[in-house]
Amino acid sequence: MIAAIEITTWQIALAALLILINGIVSFRFRLGMERTLVFAAIRTVVQLWLLGLILTWVFELKSWWLVLSIAAVMTTIAGWTAASRPKYRFPGMRRLTLAAVWASSWLLTGYVICLLMADLRSWYDPQYLIPLLGMVLGNTLNGISVALSSLVESMSRRRVEVETLTALGATRMEASADAMRDAIRTGMIPIINSMMVVGLVSMPGMMTGQVIAGMDPAQAIRYQIVIMFIIAAATAAGTVSVVYLATWKLFGPDHRFRYEVLLEREKQT
Amino acid sequence: MTLDIELVHASSLVRRVGDQTLLNQASLRLFAGDRVALVGNSGSGKSLFLRSLAMLEPIDDGQIGWRGHVIAPATAPRYRSRVIYVHQQAADYGGTVEQVLHRPFELAVHRERQFDRDWLVARLETVGRSASFLEKDHQRLSGGERQLVACLRAIQLQPEVLLLDEPTAALDQTAALQVEALVSQWLGESQGHESAMVWVSHDHDQAVRVSNVIYQMQAGELGTFTEQVKEKR
Repeated sequence: MIAAIEITTWQIALAALLILINGIVSFRFRLGMERTLVFAAIRTVVQLWLLGLILTWVFELKSWWLVLSIAAVMTTIAGWTAASRPKYRFPGMRRLTLAAVWASSWLLTGYVICLLMADLRSWYDPQYLIPLLGMVLGNTLNGISVALSSLVESMSRRRVEVETLTALGATRMEASADAMRDAIRTGMIPIINSMMVVGLVSMPGMMTGQVIAGMDPAQAIRYQIVIMFIIAAATAAGTVSVVYLATWKLFGPDHRFRYEVLLEREKQT
Repeated sequence: MTLDIELVHASSLVRRVGDQTLLNQASLRLFAGDRVALVGNSGSGKSLFLRSLAMLEPIDDGQIGWRGHVIAPATAPRYRSRVIYVHQQAADYGGTVEQVLHRPFELAVHRERQFDRDWLVARLETVGRSASFLEKDHQRLSGGERQLVACLRAIQLQPEVLLLDEPTAALDQTAALQVEALVSQWLGESQGHESAMVWVSHDHDQAVRVSNVIYQMQAGELGTFTEQVKEKR
């Protein structure tokens, strides 16, 4: 086994300085994101540090309900976060992202757990379930949030277009078909891009970690291939469900575009 | 005669936003043969009322009937396909004029209708455009031409009612008259059918030209008609 280089606190501090680049970009282009950046940087450090503290404990959990509770907390945070990016919001949006994140990630992670585990009695084995779910969540969260942003922004930008179709007799699905298609495509692009370059440009974190920790690379890539496919499928499922749910919410039962429920979020500071 | 057929009946429409009442018990009965002009100051709620007639706005109270029946939510697209609202400003679409005109035929509700290019060409000639107009890029049209396209797109579907929301507000005199000509030609042809029109305008002369009855909107209230203009029937 090759020993990994130990990173000192001093080195972490130097790496943390890099956030200044983001800060300069934000300042230079008046993005108004300085505070968010600092907050995000602090969260990265604190959250990972906490994770490090409890990870050994988590991996040794023996009760399925504790593992599921941890999974539920992770999922809720992902669903919550997915709703905070879009520039426009509407009442009930958070419930939709929660539902979409929840359904897509649990369904697909569950499928793979069934597939991988020879002995299904230990399906909740936290050493597999938690990192798997985590990777799936991180990606679906992204796809869902990007798709939802795209949908609400294009619906509000194309309001006249959508209403013109409605006025000619379109149903809600017909009136929003273009916006829905764009949103789903936008949500799926990142994962498809990363499937294109995986192994050529990107060395996936999990796989690299496994190899550094001494796993046979031939096995590590098998894990990675499985992961890529779950992530792709979960992103597709999550993206499609959030786009349908949101369209449903944005139109009344009389197929009217409820433009009045869309509110522009105050600029983030 | 078709004069007594009630096409649309809006009764006591109310719309509030915050503590403002934008529509206050506005009612209108629209019969076959009616050519209504709706005038009023900006902010009086005339456009909002017209949009409410097309079920494009939420209403807080009151209801809209179509040929004597309350419209069930699920049948709203069918209602809108027969009572067509034309926006004040036409959106610009990618593609040619012909593609833009063809778009409604892709909707389920119009699936049984036939796209009639010859009819369109004949119609365009009456407003001084040749068949080559259909090949033009919609995004390159002037505001007036876009409005012509928007009206044609609605008229080709042979609606019962046309709801026109200041269709010529942003147009010059020539273009405005062309839009008027297109609409009046439709009304002339549909004499035998049951048809009606509501035209929102801020231009009093135009209101007189296009209508046989003028209503006035004032602070959300639809006044009894101010004058009976002329008999066109």
